Amino acid sequence: MAISLTEKAANHIQGFLDQRGKGIGLRLAVKTSGCSGMAYVMEFVDELEEGDEVFEDRGIKVIIDPKSLVYLDGTEIDFAKEGLNEGFKFSNPNEKDRCGCGESFTV
Amino acid sequence: MALLQISEPGMSTKPHEHRLAAGIDLGTTNSLVATVRSGVPATLTDAEGDYLLPSVVRYLSSGEAIVGSRARQAAADDPYNTIASIKRLMGRGREDVTTLAGRMPYHFVDEENTVPRIHTAAGDFTAMQVSADILRVLKQRAEDSLGGDLSGVVITVPAYFDDAQRQATKDAATLAGLNVFRLLNEPTAAAVAYGLDKGAEGIVAVYDLGGGTFDISILRLNKGVFEVLSTGGDSALGGDDFDHALAEWMIEQLGVTDTSDPKLMRRILNAAHEAKLALSDSLETRISVELADGERRELSVSREQLNKLIDPLINKTVMACRRALRDADVTAGEVLDVVMVGGSTRVPRVRERISEFFGRPALVDIDPDQVVAIGAAIQADILAGNKPDEEMLLLDVIPLSLGIETMGGLTEKIIPRNTTIPVARAQEFTTFKDGQTAMSIHVVQGEREVVDECRSLARFTLREIPPMVAGAARIRVTFQVDADGLLNVEAREETSGVSANVEVKPSYGLTDSEIEHMLMDSMAHARDDMQARALREQQVEADRVIEAIQAALHKDGGELLSTDERGLIESARDNLIERRNGSDIGAIKEAIKAVESASEEYVARRMNKSVQSMMAGHKVEEFE
Repeated sequence: MAISLTEKAANHIQGFLDQRGKGIGLRLAVKTSGCSGMAYVMEFVDELEEGDEVFEDRGIKVIIDPKSLVYLDGTEIDFAKEGLNEGFKFSNPNEKDRCGCGESFTV
Repeated sequence: MALLQISEPGMSTKPHEHRLAAGIDLGTTNSLVATVRSGVPATLTDAEGDYLLPSVVRYLSSGEAIVGSRARQAAADDPYNTIASIKRLMGRGREDVTTLAGRMPYHFVDEENTVPRIHTAAGDFTAMQVSADILRVLKQRAEDSLGGDLSGVVITVPAYFDDAQRQATKDAATLAGLNVFRLLNEPTAAAVAYGLDKGAEGIVAVYDLGGGTFDISILRLNKGVFEVLSTGGDSALGGDDFDHALAEWMIEQLGVTDTSDPKLMRRILNAAHEAKLALSDSLETRISVELADGERRELSVSREQLNKLIDPLINKTVMACRRALRDADVTAGEVLDVVMVGGSTRVPRVRERISEFFGRPALVDIDPDQVVAIGAAIQADILAGNKPDEEMLLLDVIPLSLGIETMGGLTEKIIPRNTTIPVARAQEFTTFKDGQTAMSIHVVQGEREVVDECRSLARFTLREIPPMVAGAARIRVTFQVDADGLLNVEAREETSGVSANVEVKPSYGLTDSEIEHMLMDSMAHARDDMQARALREQQVEADRVIEAIQAALHKDGGELLSTDERGLIESARDNLIERRNGSDIGAIKEAIKAVESASEEYVARRMNKSVQSMMAGHKVEEFE
């Protein structure tokens, strides 16, 4: 089981954590909602919850709850700019289909 | 796919329900928009990478509005259709425009008693509409950058903006399709950007030196709330004046005698501007200017020389700081932090002099052009609900007291200045005359005891008060100020339930220096005002007594009094009328007493008579 970050993504996450001044890492999760079934969640983590799995890539701790891990295994996180917009992108091999907006997906 | 941001723990939103928020600094010269992404506040740039949007709108005959640097570049060629510094006209009435218009080249539409409109190739526009065009561009930029619709924005306004100016700003935002979470005072936003709201309680000074305006605000942080203790400044002093000072020196050095060539003057001014910027980083720079005869001349200028040229201008700002401190009744030593705002605070000499004046290094870490927008973005992020358990609920205060006019032209303050908003306060008033069925409510703003010295905000009339004897009606006047500092006044007669209300809409405006004057005046005239108030109160009391005695004499004077008795009362009354128009408070008081004692017997007879008439037709037993 693994989660990976691109260098760009890792740099941005580290930058955000530094500016925030606290937090042990980044939580990735999958919520069951949205137009196509599931949606990605990214949150800062101040404390671990029971059952959390902690991965580390490029110095960043990535924290995932066991339920979400099933859907996220093998995912790579990248940071991208599209026009004026910028943010994180998920490449998830488990993903089968997405809604038009790309905010939610099915497996 | 959509680009994701990192949320605070437990605060992530469902897809398509992002709480996107932005902070907008709608400035006189430049405007900015900022947002918080993945917990970090930052200003947003346009496609060219510029975060400053010049607050200039050019209207074309096709109806199109061009906003920003392209509009600014056209200002010289198309002055009547290119609108700059529109913020100075926000919420201003016709009278204000007449005084300001001298400095503005635009054609104002000549019409009576409406909000002033500027005539352009695309039509006639109010200041609010021009501002809305600027806001639309910022809204678009924010939505392109965030990949979705904004749920709301926080827009900053100067601390001295009055209700009309704030309302105009809010209306402009509505017109641009923005939901305004709230308006925030610019100095408060700057202090928030530095996180001072989470720091120690105490005094903060915000020194804001822009291109053409200077503002100093003294704030006090108290229980997480920033109070504006005082504001000051100069609406016609800024970095542009530094350029002019340097340009004049250059003209002298270059031996230019003909200063009437506008193109040459423009070249010299541009060179001076470039040199000023260069001298912020280096101690010496070279200037090259093409003179009128085509000859290119070079000139060397040192930072020391620039300092010497701009020192008199900086002195003016230091004096304003001193005044603001005095108004706030604090000393420079009590100031915990000094926040620098505005591009001109990059000039090393400014930082040096201001740090020296306040006796501590000024805060300069955040880009002084962006700091206000960043503070607004932080506030917007919280108001949008992206922070756990309300990390801070930032409140603001009203800058000038709000009240109503009472008998004799006195001000009754309902909400004193520096009250935190939102706030609602009510006070009961009553009628002055028997059978009075209407009451005129005059809403005023200011610190003086006398209405004429305060600013009139609105007038409205409460009608259909049931006729009652003077003093019996109970009229409750409620002042409500919402989070944006906008005022709603309601008057309600409690026994009948009739009510009337008014919302303060744009009508007239005050200049920043006028606000300062109003505050200064109130202190300077405190003693006179007290005296005037005491006199007016006594005069009102005299009027009430005269009114009552007149009414009584008219009703039953002939029946209950002999000619002699009546003569005595009337002469006491006439004496009171005479004294009332004088200014001797003691004499009025005595004259009132004289009327009361002269009419004592008469009052007793009237009482008896009314008791008799009440009992007439009834048996004694009924009253036992």
